[in-house]
Amino acid sequence: MLAGASLVVPSHRSVALIGPSGCGKSTLLRVAIGLVRPDEGSVRLGDVVMTADTRRAIRLRTGYVIQDGGLFPHLTAEQNVALVARHVGWAAPRIATRIAELSGLTGIDPGMLARYPVQLSGGQRQRVGIMRALMLDPDLLLMDEPLAALDPVMRSRLQRDLHALFARLDKTVLIVTHDMGEAAYLGHEVAIMQGGRVLQQGPFEDLAQRPASPFVTEFIRAQRPPWSEPLSAAPEARS
Amino acid sequence: MRRALALFVVLAIALSVSTARAAPRIAVGSKAFAESWILGDALALLAGASADVEHRKSLGGTEIAYQALRTGAIDVYPEYTGTIGEVILASPDRPSTEEMRQRLATDGVLMSDPLGFNDGYAIAVTVATATSRGLRTLSDLARHPELKMGFSHEFLGRADGWPGLSRRYGMTNGEVRGIQHELAYEALATGKIDATDIYTTDAQIRALSLVLLADDRAFFRRYDAVLLYRADLPARASDAFHAMERLVGAVDDARMMRANARVVLDKVGSLQAAEELVSPILGTGSRLESRSVAREIAVNVWRHLELVGLSLFAAILVGVPLGILATRARILSAVTLSGAAIVQTIPSLALLAFLIPLLGIGAVPALVALFLYSLLPIVESTYVGLTSIPRELLDASEALGLTRRAQLLKVALPMASPAILSGIKTSAVINVGTATIAALVGAEGLGKPILEGIALRDTRQILQGALPAALLSLGVRWGFSLVEKIVVPPGLRLRHPDG
Repeated sequence: MLAGASLVVPSHRSVALIGPSGCGKSTLLRVAIGLVRPDEGSVRLGDVVMTADTRRAIRLRTGYVIQDGGLFPHLTAEQNVALVARHVGWAAPRIATRIAELSGLTGIDPGMLARYPVQLSGGQRQRVGIMRALMLDPDLLLMDEPLAALDPVMRSRLQRDLHALFARLDKTVLIVTHDMGEAAYLGHEVAIMQGGRVLQQGPFEDLAQRPASPFVTEFIRAQRPPWSEPLSAAPEARS
Repeated sequence: MRRALALFVVLAIALSVSTARAAPRIAVGSKAFAESWILGDALALLAGASADVEHRKSLGGTEIAYQALRTGAIDVYPEYTGTIGEVILASPDRPSTEEMRQRLATDGVLMSDPLGFNDGYAIAVTVATATSRGLRTLSDLARHPELKMGFSHEFLGRADGWPGLSRRYGMTNGEVRGIQHELAYEALATGKIDATDIYTTDAQIRALSLVLLADDRAFFRRYDAVLLYRADLPARASDAFHAMERLVGAVDDARMMRANARVVLDKVGSLQAAEELVSPILGTGSRLESRSVAREIAVNVWRHLELVGLSLFAAILVGVPLGILATRARILSAVTLSGAAIVQTIPSLALLAFLIPLLGIGAVPALVALFLYSLLPIVESTYVGLTSIPRELLDASEALGLTRRAQLLKVALPMASPAILSGIKTSAVINVGTATIAALVGAEGLGKPILEGIALRDTRQILQGALPAALLSLGVRWGFSLVEKIVVPPGLRLRHPDG
């Protein structure tokens, strides 16, 4: 899946990882959280290298969000959010305070938190998923196509909210997406992957103006929104 | 979990305490028919004055009873010389008493002198037929080929039945037909047939005033009742043994027939019949009171629930971890799942027979067999429940930083709980049914009245076991849907309001 991919996410910056299907972007994210062990190379959070001993500590300092929230169906939204905090021994009042704080931050009506995942909309599920990831106030936020399962309206609303959230929390973020518009909007930097390696990483403007390879150019062009090239070639409009 | 474990330990101790008290302890066995019960009860009554006696009633056949004796699960049971030769020693010819004694001794089993009655085959006719044709012996019968014969199908098929009989006596009766044993009496009474095969202590002989024709050419094998007992019994419980020995030579055909009639026709219960049988020997009245029907049912239901509950509980304790283990490595899943599946294919009777030499008779082999049968549905449902959890949710539980234990306890097992519970429910329902078989190895429960009812052809008695068993299985289903409501997290049962 990966072939010598190397990626650095600078602290307090967000990096959007993008590339065609099967390029290894999700795998790279799974390596970062320790779900996939690399044959070679290492994962480092700050100055801690991931080993069997440090893996869990790194995970507790990392928030992980997947498509559709990845909520556990047998727990209410609130229980999902509080699961790890309880597990590491937070007291109930501290948990309650943190949840109140996060529901404001992610725009979730606290009344929704007593519901089970099946009783929530896709957007609500994803907001709860983000709450769960932020619960322990992690240093790093990893998001694997968090908005892919949403309808367009909900999706653009959440894109805006995520943008605001990133700006406000000032976290280090690595977000995987397949949408160049989303990548450019949510990432201080964009990293393009192909065939298991990172081709180029930098601000979107750099990639657009100084592509490192023909593929980068092609990929950016292919992702241009359709309305930027209207069907003006059509000789006459039908009415 | 911990409380449940404690409960199990307490129950296990209670069970073992109830089977281990002061010496001398004697276990009397009997097979699954009225005559054997009566003799078993009689032995228990006689020995009861000088020993702590337990009657393991209705063992499921000669093989099981003899195995139980050989392995020490019982100390004594009534048997017949014909059966000893034919079934236990599997001897094609008729071994002499001396031969029998020698061969039994190699198993550590001794044989008493005959009790006095012979429960073998005989040919019966009505008094009217006997008088009008002047019939006293089978040779007399052979001189009347016009008489209509109606024989049980078994008798018609056996070499020591009609084929051999007709050859020995040169019988040439034109009309010989197969008839069910219970219908034969009616057919005799109404004149549809003139003669039928019968056991010599059959209760119906007296009731219908039948005449048994003498076997003047000694064709029928003798089924003299004897006691088979373990060689160590006389030394271990000598008073009790001598008390039981008083049955030897004390029960003739007429007495046994009368006792059988009390149970089969008068429906008084084998204990009552046994008291009547031994009271002339003991010179005393009855000393044991029997249980009422309601109490009998209650005891059987309770014993049944004990069997099902204990075996199911042990199967959960072992099966769920095995199912979890099976998800960890492919080789483990192959071993545990196919192992449990193989056990499932062994017929319950065969499994019980296999367990007797290892575990004796009574509740223990029954519990082990039920435990083994409960295992597969639980292991399998645990495995299926765990492996059908979406990969990304398992990944999420790991990525969140939960320990492996917490991943299992907080996420995987709760999500698999509906599947696991349905496996447990399947096991429980199967167990309620299978536990009736346990009566064959002397375990108490609802199988006991069923087995005895079948032996007596007494529908009421069969229903005393079958009806509660059916209700119990409904109750188990109902109980589990209640447990489901409590145990299964609501999030796994709810649907999104929009579908």
